[in-house]
Amino acid sequence: MTPRSRLHVPSPPARPGQEPDFSYVQISPAGAVGRPDVMAAVRDMEEISVQMVRVLDEENLAVGPWNPHLEPAELQVGLRHMLLTRLFDDRMQKIQRQGRISFYIKSTGEEAVAVAQCMALQPGDMLFPSYRQQGLHVVRGRNLVDLMCQCLSNTRDFCKGRQMPIMYHWGKGNIFSISGNLATQFPQAVGWAMAAAIKGEDRIAATWIGEGSSAEADFHYGMTFAAVYQAPVILNLVNNQWAISTFQGFAGGEHRTFAQRGPGYGIPGIRVDGNDFLAVYAATQWAAQRARQSGGATLIEHVTYRTAAHSTSDDPSRYRPKEEWRAWPLGDPVLRLKAHLIALGEWSEERHALLEKELDAHVTACWKEAESYGTLTAGPSLDPLTMFEDVLKDMPQNLVHQREELRKELEARPKATPAVQPQAKEG
Amino acid sequence: MARMNMVQALNSAMDVMLGRDPRVVILGEDVGYFGGVFRCTEGLQRKYGEHRVLDTPIAEGGIIAAAIGMGVNGLKPVAEIQFADYIYPGFDQVVSELARLRYRSAGEFAAPVTIRTPCGGGIRGGQTHSQSPEGIFTHVCGVKVVMPSNPYDAKGLLISSIEDDDPVVFFEPKRIYNGPFDGDPHKPAVPWSAHPRGEVPEGHYTVPIGRAQIVREGKDVTVLAYGTMVHVAEAAVRAAGVDAEIIDVRTMAPLDVDVLCTSVCKTGRCVVVHEATRFGGYGAELVATVQEHCFWNLEAPVQRVTGWDTPYPHAFEWEYFPGQARIAAALKEVMEPA
Repeated sequence: MTPRSRLHVPSPPARPGQEPDFSYVQISPAGAVGRPDVMAAVRDMEEISVQMVRVLDEENLAVGPWNPHLEPAELQVGLRHMLLTRLFDDRMQKIQRQGRISFYIKSTGEEAVAVAQCMALQPGDMLFPSYRQQGLHVVRGRNLVDLMCQCLSNTRDFCKGRQMPIMYHWGKGNIFSISGNLATQFPQAVGWAMAAAIKGEDRIAATWIGEGSSAEADFHYGMTFAAVYQAPVILNLVNNQWAISTFQGFAGGEHRTFAQRGPGYGIPGIRVDGNDFLAVYAATQWAAQRARQSGGATLIEHVTYRTAAHSTSDDPSRYRPKEEWRAWPLGDPVLRLKAHLIALGEWSEERHALLEKELDAHVTACWKEAESYGTLTAGPSLDPLTMFEDVLKDMPQNLVHQREELRKELEARPKATPAVQPQAKEG
Repeated sequence: MARMNMVQALNSAMDVMLGRDPRVVILGEDVGYFGGVFRCTEGLQRKYGEHRVLDTPIAEGGIIAAAIGMGVNGLKPVAEIQFADYIYPGFDQVVSELARLRYRSAGEFAAPVTIRTPCGGGIRGGQTHSQSPEGIFTHVCGVKVVMPSNPYDAKGLLISSIEDDDPVVFFEPKRIYNGPFDGDPHKPAVPWSAHPRGEVPEGHYTVPIGRAQIVREGKDVTVLAYGTMVHVAEAAVRAAGVDAEIIDVRTMAPLDVDVLCTSVCKTGRCVVVHEATRFGGYGAELVATVQEHCFWNLEAPVQRVTGWDTPYPHAFEWEYFPGQARIAAALKEVMEPA
């Protein structure tokens, strides 16, 4: 027979109605993977890009060389941040379903990534997130009211109504502006880190990208520039298995791990259990130390699962088994850290329930305050004439004229114009 | 005053700024050790070091993205894209990121990046080394777009661009790097040393962004041009014996509407000249602006002289290029409407 080529189209292990199957996820036992010296040569540590760095074992105890030996008080803070992030997400999702905000994106199931990482970094380190790392804001102490006001595009919106919900930024907190165009922040973070090195600072950058958007050229730019200049940056690839409806095989994850791309560029790659708070913390600490000692960048693949829909505009039951998340072999980051604290004798179901109640009440109070500053459709609203500001630092003549045109148009408009709910778009 | 060609003037602008402002860094393909394929950054790495003048991987998207990150971290990056024809891999980083960062963060973040890039044809560069994509960038709100036509303006405008707090896409018409060009490739090359705008101060000075310049005063017709086409227009007007007012637009965005329209209202006639393709091009913006402000003063329909709506063909460069004959025909048309 004549040999012929055949197009391979990746297909996920299970579709709706089928049994979830995560046998493709290779998992190392907790504590089994060695921890190389932070300044080790890339060629001597390809192992950690293939295996999976894990700290929490079956008994919920921290084991092995990657154990960061955090104090119980720090673990409790971590649990608090993750739980707050989750409750905040849950509330905002409900609020979106009530039609009070146009769009939302939850980070449910992958809270450990943003929270543990941010706790392992210094406050001066610059963060370039994608849209699913709201935990960064929580850890850096941002008032939830600010985030809610952004989602509402109201009078206190720090984006002045220019961005869809969740496209946050925070100059003072050293958290960069979320674009909405995927992956663009990845090489920008490298440029920021190059500048830090040029200036001789000890600050480093960290950036996040999904496994799906790692297919963008920006990923390649970021990896190449980071490798060439040994930029002090942590390059995080959050492999949550799903990019809207396409599983990780469509991003090229079928044959090698995403972490293995690191050594391909000359950058250490660490494949980490993304739902293991301690492992994520330890990997970040390792990468940060290497970056601060002029060892350059590290690629960290966080193996996790997108428990939630991609966004409020998405319905995952149309492309994956409805209960797939229950079968996810790495469990839930909140429950696992909680179990660890309980195993240590530093936490209890009662304290957890109390904390949950306290944080939920906090979210309620924040929402009440946020709404008092107006919503997209009711209450006080932003002055539309501000839309002409910040295009350039100083307003050019054409915009001065256009602002005047709009001012006249608005003056002539009958007062009771029904407000239009903006259509949510996929981000 | 020194005599400089445009390459030397651009080099001098970057030299002055690297010396004055420790935040200024240069990055791009071949710009460091080698000094750039057009020699614009020659000697700068030797003088300021490898941390100020960086050779980069061949990745325009990466160059612009890295420059954005550097700008956010307090530097003033000057990124060279080796040919304007190569800028497209970096287009998303310009359009979605660089241009909108200040806006989307309500002023909290901005990246004052200058992107220098050689443009235009007439050097046998074919369709991948001859393009004039300024109109693609003028359609993007949030970036300034500049194209000088002589060494004095090149240095002054580049210094203004580097000092500007907003991003600037700085187009360099490479056909006139070494001398003004009147559109006739068969004539011997003319050096900048004989041209008044080839006199360039050694030190710091600026030419403001957003201001056009009247190159030749006249009463009968206004010719709007920029880059190489300023010189072609001057020659065409001379040959036609028309008393034309020639305006070098210099900054495409933001546009100096007052100078342009005051002139057209005075002359009542207008010819718009650029090397880029015509359909949906920047000339359409100029024509629309002119008719909006000068309609009741116009004596004839405004004419456009441009490259054809085809890619820039290697073998037919001078049939493509909008030379003196095409401008002369437009002047005739606008002066003697049927």
